[in-house]
Amino acid sequence: MLGEGILKGLAETARNFFGSYWGKERLTTVQFPEERLPQAEAARVFPFLVYDTDDWEKGLRCVACKICEVECPPKCISIEKSTEKKPDYVGKPQFFPAIFDIDVSVCMSCQICVEVCPFEAIKMDTVFELSTDDRFGGLHWDKERLAKPNSYYHKIHPTESAAVDADLAEKKAKAEAAHSAAAAKAAATAATAARTGSVEMGAQEKEAKAHS
Amino acid sequence: MTVEMAEDRMAEAVGGPDGGQLLEISMGPHHPSTHGVFRMNVELEGEQVVKLKPVFGYLHRNHEKIAESASYLAAIPYTDRLDYMCSMTNNWAYTLSVEKLAGIAVPERAEYVRVIVAELTRLQNHASLVGFLMQDMGASGTPLMYAFREREKILDIFEQLSGARMMCNYMRFGGVRVDPSPEWLAEVKALVERFPRFLDEFEALLRENEILMSRTQGVGVLPRELAVNAGATGPLLRGSGVDYDIRKVDRYGIYERFEFRVPLGEHGDVYDRYMMRVLEMRESVKILEQALKGIPEGPVMDPKARLRGLRPKAGEAYGRIESPKGELGFYLISNGTTEPYRYRVRPPSMINLTVLEDMCLGRIVADIVVTLGSVDIVLGEVDR
Repeated sequence: MLGEGILKGLAETARNFFGSYWGKERLTTVQFPEERLPQAEAARVFPFLVYDTDDWEKGLRCVACKICEVECPPKCISIEKSTEKKPDYVGKPQFFPAIFDIDVSVCMSCQICVEVCPFEAIKMDTVFELSTDDRFGGLHWDKERLAKPNSYYHKIHPTESAAVDADLAEKKAKAEAAHSAAAAKAAATAATAARTGSVEMGAQEKEAKAHS
Repeated sequence: MTVEMAEDRMAEAVGGPDGGQLLEISMGPHHPSTHGVFRMNVELEGEQVVKLKPVFGYLHRNHEKIAESASYLAAIPYTDRLDYMCSMTNNWAYTLSVEKLAGIAVPERAEYVRVIVAELTRLQNHASLVGFLMQDMGASGTPLMYAFREREKILDIFEQLSGARMMCNYMRFGGVRVDPSPEWLAEVKALVERFPRFLDEFEALLRENEILMSRTQGVGVLPRELAVNAGATGPLLRGSGVDYDIRKVDRYGIYERFEFRVPLGEHGDVYDRYMMRVLEMRESVKILEQALKGIPEGPVMDPKARLRGLRPKAGEAYGRIESPKGELGFYLISNGTTEPYRYRVRPPSMINLTVLEDMCLGRIVADIVVTLGSVDIVLGEVDR
């Protein structure tokens, strides 16, 4: 019968229409600004710089190695290395970025900077409501705007940041162990040197005595 | 310009074959049927199409040249933006050719994950394509919204895995970026179990619809010989009855382990192409079920694979996969540096588009819209 297929289709539409009143399966939209769906934990928008202590300027993990600047596909990062050094998380003196700018109007949120960073210094943020009426300055973020504490990183990516922290702690422990081992070794060599020195001195003394 | 002048110009511009006047119209670049910034210069005699010239390039953004001046790693996020509906398969085609070029092996688990995300991509691409096709036919809203409801569920799954809905940037040469968690796999399993219900619903909604049949059957016929000669691939070619699926022909990845059938059309018209998509979704569901059952434990990245500063030996490689739209291939030439010497994309959308005129000649304007919808193009890939 002509029109049978159409009627079958309309029955399906009706099922969906009435079903949307009590089934979450058929009603998937939310009233956005008032009602929000939770973001996925892996969500990524734009990068930010992680800092460890309370002082954002001193605690930045970035050592201005410029790997992300080179690897960034659209080349939206620009870094200028500092002239002096400051201690990093294991206490080793490192350079820090005098300038670290990201042009977020160019950034394509690909996460490659995060992947290539050997210092766990740059991570992806999840804030997405970023519209601004300042077309140039407002989209060109400097390191003060980019810097966010490690606690914030823990808040937005709990599992990932826990793994990163464990990794860093392990590295730090290793570095400290190496440091203390080196110190012990240095102390040991100093002690031996002192002992041989005294032995020599003793010999000299003996010699002197013999001469006299 | 006065009306008389316009009429004069039209009269001198054209003289129809039987003395009548031809009307030249420009559909696009922002016509709602054109699936992006695409334009068709159509010459009409009455309402019959006598000539159709596709005009593209509005979205050209130098993709190949950018990739030639970037490292092998930096090209991956750009491939997401080729066919922006299915970034996962684009990633796969590119990483496959880099793996061929540099001789990188892929761990077993990563191969399974790749099959899973690629088949999910096929599901969401075909679902939205069918929705768009209905929209082109004038079934405004309802089928498209139902299709997008399902697509959004799959995109949510992609977001949980890779961090982005559409620009996934998920695969790397030597594996995939993130190891999927057991919860993620459980969620995919639940989705795959639910999906046939959506397909049944969708078929009940449309398959026997008399308006759909009269708008699609016998429309936009692509003869078998022409499809082969023009190099058409994907559902467009199979809709014309040619058994050519790269998953079966090349058996790239681990596709030889899965049992699935390749649906074939008979008439090569729009209806066949529509049914191709619906049937392929059912086959994809089958592959997904098998892959989810068989996925082993293990690493997802080859530990020897270098992402930064990869320098493949001088040589060339062509890696191709069956993307939802057809054969997607990347041809790479390396000269031993960190940047490819030549980077060429073989886009299925653009090559399938070349037969558009042959399918539309002699039909009416309303059929152009439907035929274009059934070819399944994405302008990000056509223009690159």
